[in-house]
Amino acid sequence: MNLHEGAANLLEVRGLTKIFGSLKACDSIDLGIARGEIHALLGENGAGKSTLVKMLFGSLEPHSGEILWNGQPVRITSPGIAKKLGIGMVFQHFSLFEALTAAENIALSLNDGAPISTIAAKARALSYSYGLPLDPDALVGDLSVGERQRIEIIRCLLQTPDLIILDEPTSVLTPQEADKLFETLERLRSEGKSILYISHRLEEVKRMCDRATVLRHGKVVGHCNPREETASSLARMMVGSEVRAVERPPAEGMDKAESLLEIVNLNRKPATPFSIPLRNINLSVRAGEVVGIAGVAGNGQGEFFEAVSGEVLQQDKASVRIRGRQVGGLDITGRRLLGAAFVPEERLGHGAAPRMKLSENLLLSRHATDGKAFVGTAGMIDGKAIYSAAQRIIEVMDVRKSAPDPEAASLSGGNLQKFIVGRELDRKPSVMVVNQPTWGVDAGAAAHIRQALIELARNGSAVLVISQDLDELFEISDSIAVMHNGELSARIPIAEATYEKIGLLMGGAEPGHAATAHDAEPAEVA
Amino acid sequence: MMRIELVKRPQRSALFSMLSPFIAFALTLIAGAIMFAMLGVNPAKALYAYFISPLTEVWQLHELAIKAAPLIMIAVGLSVCFRANIWNIGAEGQFTIGAIAGSLLPVLYPDLQGAYLLPLMLLMGMIGGAAYASVPALLKARFNTNEILTSLMLVYVSQLFLDWVVRGPWRDPMGYNFPQTVQFSSAARLPELLDSGRANLGFIFSIVAAVLVWLMMSRMLKGFEVRVLGSSPRAGRFAGFSIRRMAFFAFMLSGALAGLAGISEVSGAIGRLQPVISPGYGFAAIIVAFLGRLNPLGIIAAGLVLGLTYLGGEAAQSSLGVSDKLARVFQGMLLFFVLGCDTLIHYRIRFVGRKAPAPEMVPAQEGAH
Repeated sequence: MNLHEGAANLLEVRGLTKIFGSLKACDSIDLGIARGEIHALLGENGAGKSTLVKMLFGSLEPHSGEILWNGQPVRITSPGIAKKLGIGMVFQHFSLFEALTAAENIALSLNDGAPISTIAAKARALSYSYGLPLDPDALVGDLSVGERQRIEIIRCLLQTPDLIILDEPTSVLTPQEADKLFETLERLRSEGKSILYISHRLEEVKRMCDRATVLRHGKVVGHCNPREETASSLARMMVGSEVRAVERPPAEGMDKAESLLEIVNLNRKPATPFSIPLRNINLSVRAGEVVGIAGVAGNGQGEFFEAVSGEVLQQDKASVRIRGRQVGGLDITGRRLLGAAFVPEERLGHGAAPRMKLSENLLLSRHATDGKAFVGTAGMIDGKAIYSAAQRIIEVMDVRKSAPDPEAASLSGGNLQKFIVGRELDRKPSVMVVNQPTWGVDAGAAAHIRQALIELARNGSAVLVISQDLDELFEISDSIAVMHNGELSARIPIAEATYEKIGLLMGGAEPGHAATAHDAEPAEVA
Repeated sequence: MMRIELVKRPQRSALFSMLSPFIAFALTLIAGAIMFAMLGVNPAKALYAYFISPLTEVWQLHELAIKAAPLIMIAVGLSVCFRANIWNIGAEGQFTIGAIAGSLLPVLYPDLQGAYLLPLMLLMGMIGGAAYASVPALLKARFNTNEILTSLMLVYVSQLFLDWVVRGPWRDPMGYNFPQTVQFSSAARLPELLDSGRANLGFIFSIVAAVLVWLMMSRMLKGFEVRVLGSSPRAGRFAGFSIRRMAFFAFMLSGALAGLAGISEVSGAIGRLQPVISPGYGFAAIIVAFLGRLNPLGIIAAGLVLGLTYLGGEAAQSSLGVSDKLARVFQGMLLFFVLGCDTLIHYRIRFVGRKAPAPEMVPAQEGAH
């Protein structure tokens, strides 16, 4: 429960500090991981989790503090040394070559000159023994995200580490795939291996982890036994204050409401060899409701967003309709002029130009819709008008920043997202399409954004939210559809939706089967 | 074995960003002094002859304005291209075609005299340059060709075309077989500004162009579009801007300005078409654009500096007896040092030994490149 177990610990961290410029990313962190335990590292985005594990894995060097491995002080100056000690890591963002096979990818990282066939055989044996079946000869490009993660895990296990670090492993998995992963982790624990499990999903931490260390603003705010805590007490430790619950007033009279956004038989050929074709997608979003699209990353959500926003035009003009108008051939500006607003997944470089000021980024999506207010005669930009509009959004959305009108890149991800969402809400759009509204956003800001989306809908707009975060979708949606492999399931009203149902659809079960799947108890909404 | 790595700096120094052209110029002078010493010429005397003496008399300042005018005009157009991340290397060709198109009237109808003649010539020069610049833009939009190669190759096409025109169909019948057209009538000549020297209206055009483009880039929606598409094309697409349309806009704007520079040069300083009408203005303007930090107002200053290297080259040739190719050497060194300074502002150098550990990772700035 605390750090005084001393020598029994496999890994012991004392006073570890890392400073970036004026920011203490990690501020004298203490942490102990015993043999054969699953230890959770909890914290919001920006709390210092990634910095800490990068120091443990040798990709960052600490400014001060010490690391003890089996009681011996060690300096981990490179990932190679970390591997030699017996520390393995599975990253959140995979580092795999899509054009190579699984075995070839593994061989590249092992770098010991063993023939590919030997590695393939070993990988296959290991993968079956851990219940993570893997075809070593499959091209990575053809594999699902969950299967790709298996490659990373197997690659890590082949080096027989004593400590395995997993960075947000379930963020890309369906609930069923996640269950499989948990079985594997429990098996590894029973073999005496230690696991450092980084997550912000409280339910799975409660379910699986023996101990937890909670970070906030680079400091350890507590060690606890997650099984003895509630999800809300853990959340309070992470955030430091009570997170306001999102309220979703019932949507009334929706059956009669007008459909503001309609997708009719939308098809799209893959633009690149590794992108997903869209197949016959149908969906309609009525005034006053929030519709969520769930799905594991990389199942066509990005392609779908581009088609709906008009960044990519459709051959079939009738396949996208905004407020009754066929807009398949209309570009994003034309669709905005009809009252639609869009928030893409990537903030820097897509939703915002990194090196431009916030006021200029306001102009980015609103130069046409608010042409009168922001652009004067002869195309002259009204600097004062965009500045004061940007300040208004900053205030409404509580964007924290270091200068009155800073460059977009200087904001934290969460604050920039608040600005980008606020930029669109400020227009009071009649149709709002958001891809991953709170990805990487801290809990307080996420609640703010979610509440704003619900309010927008209840005031008569149609809101479509694409998200990988099921908790989020259950929190804000009136109904949920699931995207899998470029196809979209029918909408499931929120009252009938369960995690299991949605999870099965995310894993690719036929839409018809999902309805007959036996009802699991509705999972708790955090 | 040692390896040299460039490591991105987390922050760029605003001060050095501003100082960089001056540092580059100072380094060029130092390197130039070394070069003169190796040529056996007294460096102090040589640098004086090269950079100071061409500025000591009023008529020489007029010559400087003549040299700087086309450099500024072309560079201002190129700055728009480069800001949009579109690489027009063919301004020399657009300059040449502009000069030919603008010369159509005075060569084919030498008797035209009206006040409309000169404006018409200038307009035709701009149209010629823009049309010629639209070729690489079209190839890029249709076939995704690399505009660096196509625009550059079109330079040679235009130069050979000019050569053919002045030796063939447009050769002055009374010109003793010299490869040149008839002398333009006075109505077709750009008026000179003052009695004290040869500087003509072209210099005023270049200043006006610089101010207008500066206004566009800093205050107008079009300039915003250029900057967004140049710095983050995906955000530009999200804003509803089109990269293809921008390629046409940037190429045709810079082509029109290069064409205007071409016809201004021919109807101003030269007075007729001949096989060679430019000492490489279109290429030197690339240096001017970068030396001026891609800022039209900075480009005015940079154009004057580059103009000086041409004058200095001519002066040094006569007073020191060194090759006039020195002007090119100085221009090359200037570009080299400007780019070098800019690189060091964005990156720092690291010497990595064989056994060094893996490079330290810069704190991830979420998505920033």
